[in-house]
Amino acid sequence: MFPYLRLGPFLLQMPLLALFIGFWIGNTFVEREAVRLGLNKEKINNLIGYGLFGGILGARLVYAAQYASVYVANPLGLLSLSTNTLSPIGGFLIGIAAAAAYGYRHKLPLRKTLDALTPGLSFFMIAVGVSHLLSGNAYGSPTRVPWAMYVWSDYRHPSQLYEIFFALIIFTIVLPKVIPASASGMRFVQFVALTVTARIFLEAFRGDSILWLDGYRAAQVIGLATLIICIVVLRQWGRIQQNESNIQ
Amino acid sequence: MNNSRFATWMTWALILGMIWTVISRVSPAQLQAQTGSVPKEGFTAPDFTLSLLDGGEVTLSDLRGKVVLVNFWTSWCPPCRQEMPAIESVYRSYKDIGLVVIGLNLTAQDSKQDAAAFAQGVGVTFPIALDLDNSVSNLYRVTALPTSFFIDRRGVIRSVIVGGPMSEAVIQSKVEGLLQEDQ
Repeated sequence: MFPYLRLGPFLLQMPLLALFIGFWIGNTFVEREAVRLGLNKEKINNLIGYGLFGGILGARLVYAAQYASVYVANPLGLLSLSTNTLSPIGGFLIGIAAAAAYGYRHKLPLRKTLDALTPGLSFFMIAVGVSHLLSGNAYGSPTRVPWAMYVWSDYRHPSQLYEIFFALIIFTIVLPKVIPASASGMRFVQFVALTVTARIFLEAFRGDSILWLDGYRAAQVIGLATLIICIVVLRQWGRIQQNESNIQ
Repeated sequence: MNNSRFATWMTWALILGMIWTVISRVSPAQLQAQTGSVPKEGFTAPDFTLSLLDGGEVTLSDLRGKVVLVNFWTSWCPPCRQEMPAIESVYRSYKDIGLVVIGLNLTAQDSKQDAAAFAQGVGVTFPIALDLDNSVSNLYRVTALPTSFFIDRRGVIRSVIVGGPMSEAVIQSKVEGLLQEDQ
């Protein structure tokens, strides 16, 4: 764990730095893929920018909406640099909505755009794992396996290392396109399917899971639902592709 | 591997995932085993007893049932000085409905006189605890000032804010959220 680095009067948040680097490098993969797919690089960059800006703004606004009376009395609090006053789910949904609105307005082809974003997203997932390792978040459950890490006063599964390892494997599958994609958008769906499969497996080693009814881990349940959607989409698109090739 | 085979693999992954989800369900016994005293969100706040600037002592575990804000500060730290009026304002607004603030002065790195003069200058009314030997700041792994721990009524750390200054809105939103929760 290495959450903070003090540089004179400034406190550098290392997990945020890891995410920033992951975003920056991931973006170069996106640009390269966009060009390869014949998409306008600038428009894809703008789409990411809108998504990012919308996400940050949305995360703050949704958080503020939960404490409306506080922020109505102190509206300047909306401009706080604190990352502790953000709503991750609100940010995620509004960020996607902002990016989707931009893509729709500029007539970006949905499936191709998603394919272009895939290698960048895949790299960013590695950065997410590194940021968890630096912050000590997403820590593992207590264990006595020989490779356990002593963290938060107990021997625990090195869940952040598992996360990085699986993200690296998925990246090495996604980037060189190991699995063929017969239709546009298929590569994105493959990436999502692999990522949620890894999450369903790895979540069992986490010590900080959000639990739902009867002790089920929320991430696993959401992961299973997402995986079902991915399988339906893969089969549906595969069938359409098959019919088209039969007609030809 | 073609797409159809990939979809088949994913279907098997789904079936195994469902089984895995059931197997890895967390039982109430496991939940209790994961509870420990660590200065981290989701864990019970490490207990401490410290002398107060105005005399007497404060023990964190005695404050169960109340929402507690533990703010680590020194009088020479500019962001600590900047956020202190906001903390005081929030304390005055919410103390009657269950908020306790402990201004935990790192006295080993400060001086009792400077801490007292600053607290008096700001008009601080919440208790100032004196960490004379850094034992509590070490226990809480405080690496930067100010650092604030928001602790719920069960004594669990719910939010940690490192650095500052915190705005009044930030403090209020954290405190309100915890005060609204049932004990």
